[in-house]
Amino acid sequence: MDSHATTFGVPSRKMAMWVFIASECMFFGSLIATYLSYEGKSLVGPTPEEILNIPLTSVSTFVLLMSSLAMVLALDAVQTGDRRLARLWLGAVIVLGGLFLGGQVYEFNHFYHEGLTLQQNLFGATFFVLTGFHGAHVTVGVIWMVTLLVMSLRGRLGPERSLDVEVAGLYWHFVDVVWIVIFTVVYLIQ
Amino acid sequence: MSVRAMTAPGHESLYSGGMRSWLTTVDHKRIGVLYGISALFYFVVGGVEALIIRLQLASADGTVVGADTFNQLFTMHGTTMVFLVLMPLSAALFNYMIPLMIGARDVAFPRLNAFSFWTFLFGSLLLNLSFLVGNPPDAGWFGYANLTSKQYNPGMGIDFWLLSVQIMGIASIASAVNFTVTILNMRAHGMSLMRMPLFVWMALIVQVLMLLAFPPITVAFIYLMFDRFFGTHFYIPDAGGTPILWQHLFWIFGHPEVYILILPSFGVVSEVLPTFSRKPLFGAPFMIFSGILIGFLGFGVWSHHMFTTGLGAVADTAFSLATMLIAIPTGVKIFNWIATLWGGHIHFKTPLYFAVGMVGLFIIGGLSGIMHASPPVDIQQHDTYFVVAHLHYVFFGGTVFGLFAGIYYWWPKITGRMIGEGLGKLHFWLMFIGMNLTFFPMHFLGMDGMPRRIYTYAADLGWERWNLIATVGAFVIAVSVLVFFVNAVRSVRAGEPAGGDPWDGATLEWTMSSPPPEYNFAIVPVVNSARPFWLHKFGPTRDISTRTREEGTPPQPDTPPERIDLPSPSGWPILAALGLSLVGGGALVGLWLVLVGVAVLVFGVYRWAFQPLERLGHPTFGPAPGGGR
Repeated sequence: MDSHATTFGVPSRKMAMWVFIASECMFFGSLIATYLSYEGKSLVGPTPEEILNIPLTSVSTFVLLMSSLAMVLALDAVQTGDRRLARLWLGAVIVLGGLFLGGQVYEFNHFYHEGLTLQQNLFGATFFVLTGFHGAHVTVGVIWMVTLLVMSLRGRLGPERSLDVEVAGLYWHFVDVVWIVIFTVVYLIQ
Repeated sequence: MSVRAMTAPGHESLYSGGMRSWLTTVDHKRIGVLYGISALFYFVVGGVEALIIRLQLASADGTVVGADTFNQLFTMHGTTMVFLVLMPLSAALFNYMIPLMIGARDVAFPRLNAFSFWTFLFGSLLLNLSFLVGNPPDAGWFGYANLTSKQYNPGMGIDFWLLSVQIMGIASIASAVNFTVTILNMRAHGMSLMRMPLFVWMALIVQVLMLLAFPPITVAFIYLMFDRFFGTHFYIPDAGGTPILWQHLFWIFGHPEVYILILPSFGVVSEVLPTFSRKPLFGAPFMIFSGILIGFLGFGVWSHHMFTTGLGAVADTAFSLATMLIAIPTGVKIFNWIATLWGGHIHFKTPLYFAVGMVGLFIIGGLSGIMHASPPVDIQQHDTYFVVAHLHYVFFGGTVFGLFAGIYYWWPKITGRMIGEGLGKLHFWLMFIGMNLTFFPMHFLGMDGMPRRIYTYAADLGWERWNLIATVGAFVIAVSVLVFFVNAVRSVRAGEPAGGDPWDGATLEWTMSSPPPEYNFAIVPVVNSARPFWLHKFGPTRDISTRTREEGTPPQPDTPPERIDLPSPSGWPILAALGLSLVGGGALVGLWLVLVGVAVLVFGVYRWAFQPLERLGHPTFGPAPGGGR
């Protein structure tokens, strides 16, 4: 379907991902708006000031940002047909994405033991649902990257299929950008 | 070119084939038919719910149903008509017509299209499954928070409702991505944006509205789901939450949803009026930009549904002004439709009746809408039957009449047969009279203070006369729908063959046989006008009212001169849709079923992703690559 000439000269799948991202902006926008409107409305603790660990999350933010760099390099490697590098950088995206998710699991676990649960207060509910849905998006992205890596290992990810990687990359970068907003709104501006 | 030659080739192949071919179809025309049949079926279901409501209210102290059943009926009536009738009926016309009107052989993502339909269908079945377990939802289609909380509503009805509407929301977003890309990226050469038919333009605006409006309602449903399943307190005041949050998220979706429901009808009317007036649409660019403006402003007016929540004077003023502003582009449309008819060589066919009826009835609904833009007036009328009258003039008078105009207009194209004019006009007059009998008295009832959603009322309130008239009107509407179905069956059984171009149309869908061949266009057209087929038939003139068509070259040959490969049928989209629905339905049964659903979904998606779009067994038309026929 992408081989056909399209009206805008943009492959349809790529356009579809941009259109989908517009929709996702409203999804995360609604979650973030709710977080902001409920900020400080919790009747009991723990509060964000008591529990959020900015240094730790800064590290995992850095890890996620680096995964976007690896994503760019993976796409470049696929486009130029360098299979070894493509596998290396796709692997790096998976590892970095996995590290970010590991950090989130650790953080959620830690908060749970500190007494912050979904049911505890509004901060818990809005925080876990917002960051949880972001984590779910990262998880989907990691599964997607693993799929691409397996395709590459089977020799089915040549330059002719670079659009597969480009579309996945758009998604990955979007999820990354959303995290920058969440990190700023939830962690840095309390 | 004889009529027979145009009718024959497509009709043989397009709808033939067994059940399996329908379950695995990726043809946008077949999927459009599936949407249409489902929507008309639910139109009857939602209509029966409405009739029971009207029977209960026909006289004071009615005893047809009790209070609980009444709540379930108006909840299911609203949810059904919005999500299971009007949206899929629009989707039916979008699916069938958009590729034909822009000169494409299919949508951008044919299998995603199939996935959208099956997800919608399974979601709608899940919603109606609540009848079978004896616990339909009962908190209204708007489901205001606290009416839906576990504390006040412990049954499963709300769970059925929130899960099924979420599933159908996923179908809508998938479909919106698909059609946005299709309209932007799949147009024939020369089909510039300003040459696109108005119906396609309105469809594009609707897709954008769906893309941006469904995420907020999804988030609202996620919070409700967490409140009910996991014990969070998003909407629970005791823990600091506020039920108003639901109202904001719901109406940020809900008001654009109003335009999602009405703009397709605007598009249909903008196609029907020029065809039957034999004049180009008056001020087509103004119509396009008015539609865009309506869609844009539609996101800035949601709080006019919430004036009674006490948002403060500044917010009330801003939302009131924005609401009044929408009257301007809407008024532009109405005057342009009238100007299109003005001086036209009008052919009084059934589609024209419905289109003109739509314009008239929508004006009434639009005017009462402007009244609600004023907070003091709105607060007086809030939750009374005046609002019920308003919304039914918009959705029934506007959307249903507009969509029936589209059904009658495109019926010959879809079925290959003409539909009876006599019964069609009878349908129109019965529906027109019935609709006004039903909903106009509700203005008086609302002004007199009759609240919405009450299951009965006392005799000394003086509401009996108008309520009885409304009930009689509802049954007149029911008879009109029956007339439509009789007409439809007669047409399919023994209607006259329609030929490719029964209305002497201006747009590309009329250039091919009825129903179209599977590949739509034997030769993908080159477009050099907003009315390409009129240009083809009559040459470059704006005044075609007295011209008769010249016998020129047929626009499309009967067989394609080059080989055409179509995407192969696929069973994976329906499997993925089934998996998704099992995830939703499984939440009501147990975690194991959710996990089964996830497994089916993942399996279906992977098989789908790695199935080549064109593989052995895909339909091929035209000469083989080796030459010869």
